[in-house]
Amino acid sequence: MILSQFIFVPLAAAFLIALIARKKENFAAVICMIASLWLFVNSIIAFFRLPEFGGMIMKTTSGWKIPFTIPFVLDNLSAFMLIIISLIGVISAFYALQYIKHFTGKWNFFSLFMLMFTGMNGVVLTGDFFNLYVFMEISLISAYSLVAFGTESEELEAAFKYATMGAITSTMILFGIGILYSFTSTLNMAQVGEIVQQSANKKVIFLVFGLFITGFGLKAALVPFHAWLPDAHPSAPAPISAMLSGVLIKTLGVYTIVRVFFNVFGAPQVVLTILMLLAVLSIVIGGFLSIVQWDFKRMLGFSSVSQIGYVVLGFAIGTPLGILGGVLHLFYHSIFKSLLFLNSGAVEYATGERDIRKLGGLSKDLPITSSTTMVGTLSISGIPPFNGFFSKLIIIIACFQAGNPILGFIAAAVSIVTLAYYLKVQKHAFYGKKKAKQILEKVPFTLKAAMIILAVLCLATSIILIPSIREATVQPIVDTVVNKTQYIDKIIPYLGSI
Amino acid sequence: MTLYLMCFFLFLVGVYGAITKRDLIKIILAIGIMGYSVNLFLVLIAYRSGALAPILKEGISVPMVDPIPQALVLTSIVIELGITALMAALAIRIYEKYDTLDITKIRRLKG
Repeated sequence: MILSQFIFVPLAAAFLIALIARKKENFAAVICMIASLWLFVNSIIAFFRLPEFGGMIMKTTSGWKIPFTIPFVLDNLSAFMLIIISLIGVISAFYALQYIKHFTGKWNFFSLFMLMFTGMNGVVLTGDFFNLYVFMEISLISAYSLVAFGTESEELEAAFKYATMGAITSTMILFGIGILYSFTSTLNMAQVGEIVQQSANKKVIFLVFGLFITGFGLKAALVPFHAWLPDAHPSAPAPISAMLSGVLIKTLGVYTIVRVFFNVFGAPQVVLTILMLLAVLSIVIGGFLSIVQWDFKRMLGFSSVSQIGYVVLGFAIGTPLGILGGVLHLFYHSIFKSLLFLNSGAVEYATGERDIRKLGGLSKDLPITSSTTMVGTLSISGIPPFNGFFSKLIIIIACFQAGNPILGFIAAAVSIVTLAYYLKVQKHAFYGKKKAKQILEKVPFTLKAAMIILAVLCLATSIILIPSIREATVQPIVDTVVNKTQYIDKIIPYLGSI
Repeated sequence: MTLYLMCFFLFLVGVYGAITKRDLIKIILAIGIMGYSVNLFLVLIAYRSGALAPILKEGISVPMVDPIPQALVLTSIVIELGITALMAALAIRIYEKYDTLDITKIRRLKG
């Protein structure tokens, strides 16, 4: 299993597109599709071949031993994240083929898209703190530019806001990494974890916790660090909104929080309490702010804040059941939130309108968009048998089981609020009285196909809950997160001197 | 210790500027200051007074400075260059659209 292909292939594709496809724009789409399909197939192969290698593959660059080189580490959690990234990536790229017809400079779009892919794959694979920062910046810089891709005034404003907040918190993360380095004299995650967990006097670590929670919390858009998300995600073109909301906030935010605080620092109770508080705030504030929105995509943005709260809540409970719920909700949310963003893109493509007050009776004109939006609505608000129901149910049960019934009640209540604001969209945009506004353009084939695939996945991924499938797929991931020393113990034997 | 405190003070100056200033260019500069203070901090970690450049040679027993933070600083300077350039480009485009750099007047996004 060559791990560097997950970084090399999208990076090479990005540069190839910039080199070749500047003149011939069809090449850009072809190269982008080939690269993302390649990554999708290989990430699935990697996930299922992982048990052969004992649950962890580690590759070091240029034959040096660990503290002197940057290792790439693929364990169950990373492989799972790779699958999510490339699944949503390949579907968004397919959707973008016809969606971005009206934009100029299409090769820019695909090139930046592949760079974002590179950054996210790197974040997931790396085993080194500074390398994590570098890959995070790669994906963030391309995300800032993609948010501003339309170069309208609102988009530039949102991109500047996002870039300011992202740059401030990235600096904070680098500051935290510096403090960690001065404390432990190493940047390797496993070695840092070993030294931190064994050291007696570790007051300085709390400063690192604070900086990392701020930094990664902003990338994950937890309240009170959420202000950029409802501006940035709706401003991007729809396939990018799907990537940002579906994958980017989970890779740069939730995955890094889980990796750093659970695997490296061994899930200290104070961090779990803070994360739980932030998660509940996100669920409630994100949920209630969504109700008052009339812009379709903006409402989806606030809804992302609320749903990411559920994911973090699942992890922050810290019991195996809670983490199972968190992992599943992470996966399911990436599917149905991407679906809903693609739906909003299709509505915008067909009618040129995002304000749901000005839409109406679209279910006759856009039957496929309308029915897939219904699937997305039912999934995100947790109606059985769609996938969102199971993950939310597991998180709520885990809350009660861990002795936090209040959290469980809040999570269940906001789930009803979620149903309310999504039904508002259904009522105003897809059903109800037909407004004068007519369909300007038909929804093209690739848009329809991408939405149908995701809608089918909304239903099909529920089968992960069948016990035998769960044992084989999700359980190893949960074990990786629950077991506080497994990650460290598996890497430490590779340590060596020059 | 004084050096570290001054370095942290520089970081706070950057945070203060980024939060309170209303001009896009000043915000970009404040983020730059934050970046410089962190770079300075990384170099300070590596610094040993009276130490040599880290080049291994037979028969040298004087302490050497730590080379890793210096490599990190080089990388982070490049990243900051990229971000500053991107933000400056965005600021120019915003100025073309809004005819102002004052963030209190750049408010077409609501909520």
